[in-house]
Amino acid sequence: MSDSILYAGIDIGSSYTKVVLIDQNNDIQGSNIDFSGIKLHSAAKTSLKAALPKNTNLTAVKKIVTTGFGRKIPAINQIPFSNITEISCSAKAAQLFYPNKTLTIIDIGGQDTKIISMRNGKRTNFKMNRKCAAGTGTFIEELALKLRINLGEMNTLASKSTNPEKISSYCTVFAASEVLSRIRKGAKIEDMIYGAFYSIVNRVLEIDTINTDVVLTGGLIAYNPIIADIFKEVLGKSMLLPPSPQLFVALGAALYASQLK
Amino acid sequence: MNTGDLCNLTKSPPIKSTQELRKISTAYFKDLEASSNDPNQKIAWCSSVGPAELLIALGFKVYYPENHTAMLGTSRLANKYIPAAIAQGYAPEICSYLTSDIGAFLHGETPFTKAYGLKEVPKPDVLVFNTNQCRDIQDWFSWYSKRLNVPIVGINSPSFVNEMKENHIHSVVTQLKDMIPVLEKIIDQSFEKKKLEQTVNLSYQCSEIWQEVLETAKTIPSPITFWDSCFQMLPAVVLRGSQIAVDYYKMLKQELIERIEKTEAAVPNEKFRIYWEGMPIWGKIRSLSEQLYDSQTSVVASTYCSSWVFSDLGSFTNEPFTNMAEAYTKLFINRSESSKEDYLIQKFKSFNIDGVIYHNARTCPNNSNTNYGMPKRLENQLNIPSIVIDADLNDLNVYSEEQTKTKIDAFVEQLAGV
Repeated sequence: MSDSILYAGIDIGSSYTKVVLIDQNNDIQGSNIDFSGIKLHSAAKTSLKAALPKNTNLTAVKKIVTTGFGRKIPAINQIPFSNITEISCSAKAAQLFYPNKTLTIIDIGGQDTKIISMRNGKRTNFKMNRKCAAGTGTFIEELALKLRINLGEMNTLASKSTNPEKISSYCTVFAASEVLSRIRKGAKIEDMIYGAFYSIVNRVLEIDTINTDVVLTGGLIAYNPIIADIFKEVLGKSMLLPPSPQLFVALGAALYASQLK
Repeated sequence: MNTGDLCNLTKSPPIKSTQELRKISTAYFKDLEASSNDPNQKIAWCSSVGPAELLIALGFKVYYPENHTAMLGTSRLANKYIPAAIAQGYAPEICSYLTSDIGAFLHGETPFTKAYGLKEVPKPDVLVFNTNQCRDIQDWFSWYSKRLNVPIVGINSPSFVNEMKENHIHSVVTQLKDMIPVLEKIIDQSFEKKKLEQTVNLSYQCSEIWQEVLETAKTIPSPITFWDSCFQMLPAVVLRGSQIAVDYYKMLKQELIERIEKTEAAVPNEKFRIYWEGMPIWGKIRSLSEQLYDSQTSVVASTYCSSWVFSDLGSFTNEPFTNMAEAYTKLFINRSESSKEDYLIQKFKSFNIDGVIYHNARTCPNNSNTNYGMPKRLENQLNIPSIVIDADLNDLNVYSEEQTKTKIDAFVEQLAGV
């Protein structure tokens, strides 16, 4: 077995559990993404084990930081741990990729959207979606379900749009019904799906003003890069995309873990 | 669970004076119950910042429905009753005090039964409102007026007041005086100005000492939190105008001074000091207070508890109507945006605030100062960070527990520079 020393960040979301393992040089040595299910501790432990490099077992993991919806789980194998919110973890990861920068992190998750402001590399503020989950990943999931389309195909379909349609409804459930209704009346599927992604961007931009460079993170961006194109069109600037947007928060948690005393 | 028990909802060291508060509140409700069954006694329902002193001076026993609804909130019964009111035609977006109270009435139930042994809420002989908080109170009381065939009188206050003007005071004074003949007829007593002066004076004394109680929280670390103050304010709400309230706050103030002398903090190792802007989330006081306690964060001041400081009740000698008009019209909730901002700036500075939590209550827009950009303006001006929690005073259906917990945790991490 390897003698590595690893630090783990575990982002336990409402839908997916993401794990990143880093070494003492902050290099990523392993990662994993899996469904969270209903037993979060079990999901975290399984995902952690799945993230381990070959010939490495859990004893290599010296510290863990959990984050996300399910962050307050008990210890795993008595490994020293702490929990920190995904907002702080996002900022931490941003400090690694974009040191000392003034920027805005937009993290669109399954039920939450967070906008985190950084000034000269330091977190100054954050805002989250209010009152409902309109404009989050759940909307795209709901739409895919209603349209009987594989979730993985949504981005491809939207890319084919030639005449994007606007969606009026705010509520995820009503918006999905609206999309179906307009397709039945002749609107093209790809134009409606593009409109759905567009409405997500609109919901995000209602949360806070954005005057800086933007980093896009989260699962929705990872699988639907068309959102970055829409943001670019609306904000008039290119978006910054980290290597693995869905693992960004877990990486931040791992970085915190490496600094735990 | 009565008011005294509710004071133990927080994790902070218990306030000893609460034992007396328990006795006071029980006695108050028992007296109301007895009065309800005594044909020689008359009960007035009054809005919490209504003309209580006038009613007391005339000899009414005064009951405050908002106290009942706060208890519906803390006991997490409100959502059981709200649907009954909505079925009557009320929108779910309007005051959840109104909907939960009317709903409880329609169910024939009250948490006062368990708390104080009352079979029902005291029946009114008259309903008296002031719209200085909102229009909903008038709608609320109007329902009971029709239902119970009880007269209703009230004050329609000038609203969004910037600077108090003569015409504002004149309007409210006139309305106060216009009520008198109606009230005299109901209680079969003549109004005596002297009695009103005495009652207003007692309210003023209560208010001044209550302010002193709240200001002990300016000490670092604070001996009391907002969570405790939410319950300790009971005498200021339901017993102002009485010597009981004055005496109780003297006792409480003394206890807090002793805590300060011993450096006994409400939140041990207090790291961060927060201002709570907006209504309490009654059904979540325990969980919120525990979450912040565990992060060594003390909510040291609030608009809500400070709203029962009526310094203007002592403005002029022998002018109780003018004093009442001024005090009750200058209520924070009734002021212009710029007046509110000035007030909050002064509070943030004097209490050494590190951060602000704004509660945007869905069914209480008047008490939610997040709708017109105030949090962002104040944050930019003062560089004091803030967050907004979307919830409600009583309707927990609109409370997103996990999102709120994450928001607060992230906020504390931000204050800590994590």
